[in-house]
Amino acid sequence: MKFDIVHKRKWWFLLSALFLIPGLISMAIQGFNLGIDFTGGTLLDLKFAQPVAVGEIREVLKDYQLEGSTIQLSLTGQETKANNVFIRTHVLSEEERRNVLGGLETKLGAFEVLRVEKVGAVIGSELTLNAILALIISWVLMIVYISYRFEYRFAFAGIAALVHDIFIVLGVFSILQKEIDATFVAALLTIVGYSINDTIVIFDRIRENLKTYRKSDGLAELVNRSIWQTMTRSIYTVLTVIFATAALYIFGGETTKNFSLALLIGFASGAYSSIFNASQIWVTWREYDEKRRTEKRIKGE
Amino acid sequence: MRWENFTKFLVIVVAILAVAGFYMKPLALSIKQGLDLQGGTHVVLEASDTVDTKVDDDAMKRVVSILERRINELGLTEPIVQRQGDRRVIVELPGVKDPEKAIEMLGRTALMEFQDESGNVVLTGKDLKDARAQIDQGGQKLVSIEFTSEGTQKFADLTARSVGKHIAILLDKQVLTNPVVNEPIPGGKAVISGNRSIEEAERLAILLRSGALPVKVDVLETRTVGPSLGEDSKEKSMQAFVIGIAAIVIFMLLFYRISGFIANITLILFVLLLLFSLKMLNATLTLPGIAGIILSMGMAVDANVLIFERFKEEYRNGKTLRAAMDAGFSRAFATIWDSNITTLIAAAVLFFLGTGTVKGFAVTLALGIVLSMFTAITVTRYVLKMLIHSNIIKNGKLYGA
Repeated sequence: MKFDIVHKRKWWFLLSALFLIPGLISMAIQGFNLGIDFTGGTLLDLKFAQPVAVGEIREVLKDYQLEGSTIQLSLTGQETKANNVFIRTHVLSEEERRNVLGGLETKLGAFEVLRVEKVGAVIGSELTLNAILALIISWVLMIVYISYRFEYRFAFAGIAALVHDIFIVLGVFSILQKEIDATFVAALLTIVGYSINDTIVIFDRIRENLKTYRKSDGLAELVNRSIWQTMTRSIYTVLTVIFATAALYIFGGETTKNFSLALLIGFASGAYSSIFNASQIWVTWREYDEKRRTEKRIKGE
Repeated sequence: MRWENFTKFLVIVVAILAVAGFYMKPLALSIKQGLDLQGGTHVVLEASDTVDTKVDDDAMKRVVSILERRINELGLTEPIVQRQGDRRVIVELPGVKDPEKAIEMLGRTALMEFQDESGNVVLTGKDLKDARAQIDQGGQKLVSIEFTSEGTQKFADLTARSVGKHIAILLDKQVLTNPVVNEPIPGGKAVISGNRSIEEAERLAILLRSGALPVKVDVLETRTVGPSLGEDSKEKSMQAFVIGIAAIVIFMLLFYRISGFIANITLILFVLLLLFSLKMLNATLTLPGIAGIILSMGMAVDANVLIFERFKEEYRNGKTLRAAMDAGFSRAFATIWDSNITTLIAAAVLFFLGTGTVKGFAVTLALGIVLSMFTAITVTRYVLKMLIHSNIIKNGKLYGA
């Protein structure tokens, strides 16, 4: 008999809770570092010919009453100066932006514009709404499909594991105060797609084993066997996608860093929740239902 | 031993590798690149009602065609003007040199008016036939304008009764110039002076030629990616792509040996097909799109992992190599089907609700899932069968068991 994963399910749920709670607290207290895609605003990504310090930039921005803006340098190592600067302000009109860029050039020297983005506040709130809508619609559609191909308990257990993964990623991004932008939404939905895929493979094995199931074997034992039968696959698969995303995270450009970080966390969490949470929720639920049915029958007699 | 099968197997493997070696890179580079990769400006404009005009379908159509005219004059390769929803227009300007000026030009209403001394509007931009920037002998930057026949008449009347008086030429209610009329001008031609540079004169000429927007248009969103950042992203994501694919290839070889080798060959075929489909669909490749490709490679391999794991199980339970392989494929199929459909659901939702780059990601992911079902299942099975039927390698261990 292999290590009994199902039997120890309380511990797995507890472990998940241990990861989820700090994230939830962080979300409640400090919230998210929302990028201009959500809040609206202007982003300037500039590469100066000479390294500059945050203080110098802030000094220039003061002339335009923008000293409260977020200023970030892409630093390597211990230096306090860097060539590459991100500035995030509230929405600037085309003219204001021209003035700010002009001021930076006269005071701090020439720079190259890597990226300039302006997002109106209307677009930001639309994006948030669309993101939530997209998540909910995808969940509903998946519940429908899984209920049709398996049964409703599998569907809800699978979605519960998914919600777990989404909250883990949200939690980490809140704790680390990593910036959340439009591509983060895409990352979340990819995690949804991947995590459910992972879970379905295990459910599929349970479904197959249920065909030859005898009550005396015990449901927990059956699920445990199913998890172990698919274990190599679960590990290999998460390894291959993690290779691919890690390559993107390490070697990809600055603009995809947060995107691939979200994927990395989500895939790891997805693999965990598929093995340790999803089927366990299903077993618990089904055993509870069976117990109630037997009780009813006894009472009825 | 059946050499015929083995030869067929070799031919297929060599063919796929050769095609990939020669065409993969040119194919990848020939796909249209998004602004995040090639640099450029993305603008979202929104029309709003004015006192005189409400935003309706007709007004939006006119807005789009006027914006198109303005942009075409900028001489960019493949600019895009696209209506989105009831009141929005998306404009993409790849490789635009001065994004700030271009954005400013797009949002201008460009309503031109000629007023007499008492401020009555006599002519508008509608009376113009043409407008061109030029420099006169004195080095003055001018916009020479030509009126329509009706406009010529109106302008002649205006100048006739304004001799010795001021007239004003206004753009969007701001005075461009207000010269004193020396003599009546019947020829239907005039010049607007007072431009600071020839570029400014050219922009004014473009605005006048393309006509005034029927409604007020605001710039909601602009995103500019500089050419060097685009180049950098392209290079880095290519690198990530190569490293990602290499890691997967080595992994599969280590764990599944010959089966892994065949899975790798079909993975290469998968990438080729995916790039080819993107090209055929005239899709735009964006950074998240590349991430989608890398991710779908992982999914394509997952199908093979499922099949080979199943094969291992069946083989260890005492089945022959052939029977175990067959069972591996047929039993893993249901799993792959159900798991991929659910992922496809997520991709479809992303496609219908996402915008811009997110949509590009959804397309590559969805295409990737569908194509991987074909390459990882059908093609892998076909090629593996040939090898097994050739009876050259009979040891199950070499197939990863």
